[in-house]
Amino acid sequence: MIRVKLREDYSNLIFYLSPLVAVALTLFFGSFIFLILDLSPIESFKIFFMSPISNSYGISELFVKATPLAIIALGLSYCFKNNIYNIGAEGQLTMGAIFGGGIGLLFNDSTSVFLLPLMILFGAIGGAFWATIPAILKTKFNTNEILTSLMLTYVALFILDYFVVGPWKDPAGYGLPKSMPFPDAGRLPVLFDGLRVHIGAYFAIIICFITYIVYNKTLFGFKLKVSGLSSKASQYAGFKYKNLIFYTFIISGACAGLAGLFEVSGPIGLLYRDISPNYGFTAIIVAFLGRLNPIGIILSSLLIALTYLGAEDAQLFLKIPSAVGFVFQGLVLFFLLGTDFLNKYRVSIE
Amino acid sequence: MNIELIIGILNIVLISTTPLVFAGLGELVTEKSGVLNLGLEGLMLVGAVTGFITLVLTGNYFYSLILSIISGVILSGIFAFLVLNLMTNQIATGLALTIFGIGLSAMLGKKFSGTPIEGLSPYYFIIISFLLVFSVSYFLSKTKSGLIVRAVGENHNSAYALGYNVIKTRYLTIIFGGVMSSLAGYYISICYAPMWQEGMTAGRGWIALALVVFATWKPWRLLVGAYIFGGVAIMQMNLQAFGVELPGQFFNMMPYIATLIVLVFISSNKVRLKLSAPSCLNIPYEKNS
Repeated sequence: MIRVKLREDYSNLIFYLSPLVAVALTLFFGSFIFLILDLSPIESFKIFFMSPISNSYGISELFVKATPLAIIALGLSYCFKNNIYNIGAEGQLTMGAIFGGGIGLLFNDSTSVFLLPLMILFGAIGGAFWATIPAILKTKFNTNEILTSLMLTYVALFILDYFVVGPWKDPAGYGLPKSMPFPDAGRLPVLFDGLRVHIGAYFAIIICFITYIVYNKTLFGFKLKVSGLSSKASQYAGFKYKNLIFYTFIISGACAGLAGLFEVSGPIGLLYRDISPNYGFTAIIVAFLGRLNPIGIILSSLLIALTYLGAEDAQLFLKIPSAVGFVFQGLVLFFLLGTDFLNKYRVSIE
Repeated sequence: MNIELIIGILNIVLISTTPLVFAGLGELVTEKSGVLNLGLEGLMLVGAVTGFITLVLTGNYFYSLILSIISGVILSGIFAFLVLNLMTNQIATGLALTIFGIGLSAMLGKKFSGTPIEGLSPYYFIIISFLLVFSVSYFLSKTKSGLIVRAVGENHNSAYALGYNVIKTRYLTIIFGGVMSSLAGYYISICYAPMWQEGMTAGRGWIALALVVFATWKPWRLLVGAYIFGGVAIMQMNLQAFGVELPGQFFNMMPYIATLIVLVFISSNKVRLKLSAPSCLNIPYEKNS
């Protein structure tokens, strides 16, 4: 008979080891998927996980994909630590791209050095603005933030669609639903000539560093931790829980908006419909996989970014749809959540 | 405006709304028992692709329907195991299910994309969807089992104390929701389209989710809501024909904005919230051992 008991001791080792176990289990089950598709698992894994980063271009692409994931997930970690489920990062990212990108289109003949900082600022404001809506609804009307932030994601996507099909459509774009390209002054500088990795990567590292300090050295970080464990305890302690909800929403929204702006002013260079391959949703996996720990999030963003790249290579060389990347992302989250069980409970067979 | 055009539009609304009714009704029952399953989109896609592949390979509608249903049972069973036995976070698990389902369906369906099939008539399913709304409504409000489902969703600790099996009840409602989602997917790939294409459910899973809230967890309101949502979507396509100049995107936003307003309305008043939303929604149940 299997007995399950709540753990009295709390194991840090298991807590940080379980993501690795989840990755191992994903690879194990992933190999079955390749076998079913009549492919050699070892060869497939090589193409999936090794070949994408076997040259400098590939490593640069890894950072291009990991940057938005890490920035969004770092922002989301504030919400999740506070037990607030903002799952609308995709919408906040889109709003950031609309606000920041809108500035770039408004001043499309500008050569000023201030254009890019202004776009970045508006990107963050756009994301934060979109996140304040669920925050207000949650604090004023007690409305469930999961559903509202999700609904707002779709509204944001339609707003972007409206702009690129309507008022912001490039007159010289052969009627395609896309905007004019941003002026050079509105493009994010790349770190190395000929590669796409851009200064957004530095932002990710800076945000990671700040987040680490906030979580470990500040009263705000402590309040988040307490109210995440028990919102009642935080209220008894006199913390203003509603303010905490507000701040965490604004931080995560601003981060998502920043990531959206970096995408459009970095690798993409203009506004169009599909600016994000689900970064806002995938970042939720990244945040959980990284254990809401800033350094863990950087590592997990690199791993998940690799599933994006691996999926592209798999499509090219193995002729399997790139959606296989989603299968791996889903699996790794399943296993991670499953192994979490071992953190909370001790399982023994009697 | 002529009568034929109006009847034509009504017919399209009827045909295009049915998947929302199926998926929404399943999710409604799941949520009534206190579990939030965000995996609808993934379940629908896998249901659509398994049904389609089976039909192409065997040519048998019955087998394809059964396999589509089985896919829903398996996937929602995995979801149930994770959230009920391993007590994982329902939101994260549901999202994982959606992402996994999108990927899996695209992978399985790759070879079959664009294969022509002979579709089934949608009208059987439309009739079934109405009957199901009636049955679920009757089940939840008039039968003892329905009462147990609601009790489990309102307060799982009390339900357990009264001797009801919380885990078993939730397993059943989650699997019912899973089967309904795969039926919605099956309908899309076999009757509505009829074909297979990557991501062909086009966000209907999320609309169904919104619909449950919009309907304040009541089956008949869900049916009405589904037809309002479906009608708005079709109207958007036909408005140009009537000479209305309004960007289509604003119509597409309507279901989501309407849901937001309803959400705010029911949650702003604590009593009203208690009366409509299941109290234990999204709260994990930990049995003391």
